Amino acid sequence: MTTATLPTRAEEAFRYADLAALATLWPLPAESVAVAAGESGTLSVVIAGEAPAARDLTITLGEGANYDLRLLNAGGAYGRIAVKVRLAKGARFHLGAAQLAGGDQTLEIVTEVVHAEPDATSSQVVRSVLAGKATGTYLGRVVVDRGAIGTDGEQSIRAMLLDRTATANARPELEIYADDVKCAHGCAVGELDAQGLFYLQSRGLPPAEAKKLMLQAFIAEAFVDAAEEEVLTQAALQALGALL
Amino acid sequence: MLTISDLSNEIAGKAILKGLSLAINPGEIHAIMGPNGAGKSTLAYTLGGRPGYEVTGGSATFEGQDLLAMDPHERAAAGLFLGFQYPVEIPGVSNLQFLRESLNAQRRQRGEEPLSGGAFLKLAREKADLLRMDMDMLKRPVNVGFSGGEKKRAEMVQMGILDPKLAILDETDSGLDIDALRICGEGINAIMRRPDKAVLLITHYQRLLDYVKPDFVHVLAGGRIVRSGGAELALELEQHGYEAVA
Repeated sequence: MTTATLPTRAEEAFRYADLAALATLWPLPAESVAVAAGESGTLSVVIAGEAPAARDLTITLGEGANYDLRLLNAGGAYGRIAVKVRLAKGARFHLGAAQLAGGDQTLEIVTEVVHAEPDATSSQVVRSVLAGKATGTYLGRVVVDRGAIGTDGEQSIRAMLLDRTATANARPELEIYADDVKCAHGCAVGELDAQGLFYLQSRGLPPAEAKKLMLQAFIAEAFVDAAEEEVLTQAALQALGALL
Repeated sequence: MLTISDLSNEIAGKAILKGLSLAINPGEIHAIMGPNGAGKSTLAYTLGGRPGYEVTGGSATFEGQDLLAMDPHERAAAGLFLGFQYPVEIPGVSNLQFLRESLNAQRRQRGEEPLSGGAFLKLAREKADLLRMDMDMLKRPVNVGFSGGEKKRAEMVQMGILDPKLAILDETDSGLDIDALRICGEGINAIMRRPDKAVLLITHYQRLLDYVKPDFVHVLAGGRIVRSGGAELALELEQHGYEAVA
C-alpha cells in the first residue's frame, strides 16, 4: 500500500480518508510483521493525542501461526490504521478494534485479510462510538483465495452514533474464490437505547455517566481477552470521557 | 413526603393523567389499583421523570422540592426509587458495577463520601440474602437472561442497596410465582416499612397486598383518583371489580 504518490478518493481504501491530513504524513512508513509457522504474536496499536496519525501494517502469518491485534483509534483530527494480513494454512488472526471520535475527527480502520491457504481462521470485532460531526469508517475486505477451503472468516462491525450529526461508514466485504468456506459478517449502526439510559439514570447516574457505562460495555467487546486489556480499556475510557 | 396536586400530562399529544391528586406521608404505604389504561404506569414514569411524559398541568412536591423540575438522577439522589414493571436489560454491565456506581453517584450528589468496595460488597450481599438472590447473579449483566421473577427480585435488591425514602413500585407483583411474590413482599416490608419511609404500590391484584398491607388504597380510572379508602377497598375491588366500585 506504500507508494510514492498520494492516493485519491477514487481508490476504495481511501474513499473516506482526510487526504489533506494524509498528505502531511505521506509516504507512510511500511510496518511489517512476519510470524513464523507455529509461532504466536500480539500487538496493540493506540492512536491517541492531538496530531494526525496514520499507520500501515502488513502482517504475514506462517502455517499454524497465531496473531492477536488490538487497535484503539481515538486520535486527533485524523487517525487511520490500515492492516493487510496474509494467512497461510491453519493460521489464526484476531482483530479487536475500537474507534472513538467526536468534534470534526475523521477516523478509519481499513483491513484486508487474505486467506491464502486452507483452514485458516480470521475474526474481526470493530466497535465505533461517534459524536459531534465525526466520521468513523471501517472498510474490511476478506479474500478467500482459490483452494483455501475450510476457511472461517468472521466480521462483527458495530457503530454507535451519539449525535445525529456524526457519520459511520461500515463496509465488510467478502471475496471468495474457494468452496467449503464459512464466512459471516454482521454490521449495525445504532443509537444508545433510550430505555436503558432512563433506567440507569433512574438509579442515580447522571446522563453522561449513564452513557459512559453503556458505551464501556459496548467497546469492551473489542478488548476482551487482550494481553493488554486493562491498559487498552483505560485508554478507551479516557477517550470516551472526552466525548461525553 | 410526596404531594401531587391536580397533575395532568400527555404522551405524544394524548392526555393520560387528568388532574390527579394524592398525598403520601412518611410511614405510609399506599396502593393504587385500577383497570388497564387508567394511567397507573404513566403516573409512575411521570414521577420518575421519564422523557416523553410531558406534564401539562399541576404539581408534584417531594420533601418540599419541585419534583417535576428535577432530572431523573436528581430525583433518585433526593430519595425516590422507581421499581419498573419491565426492568431493562443492559448487556455488558454487571449488576454490582452498575449499583456501586449508582449508589456512589447518589452519595456524591448528596455531598456524602463514596462507599468503599468492601463496604459496598457487604451491603450488596446483605440485600441479596434478604431477597434470596445468589451473589453470582449480581455479577452478571443487569437483568440479562433473568426470568421475570428474578428481574423483580433484582429490582428489590437494588431498592435495598439504594435505600430510598419513597419507593414507587410499578406492578412489582406481575410475573411472580407464589414463592417469589412472598419473597418480594417480605423484602418490601423489611426495606421500606419504617416511620421515615413511604411506598406507593401500583398493582392490579390484591395478592401483593396480602404481604404488604397498605394503609390507603386508591382507585385510578380515567387519569384521576376516583375513590380512596383503607385496605378493605382492595378486597372490595377484588370481589366486585372496578366498574362496580368506581
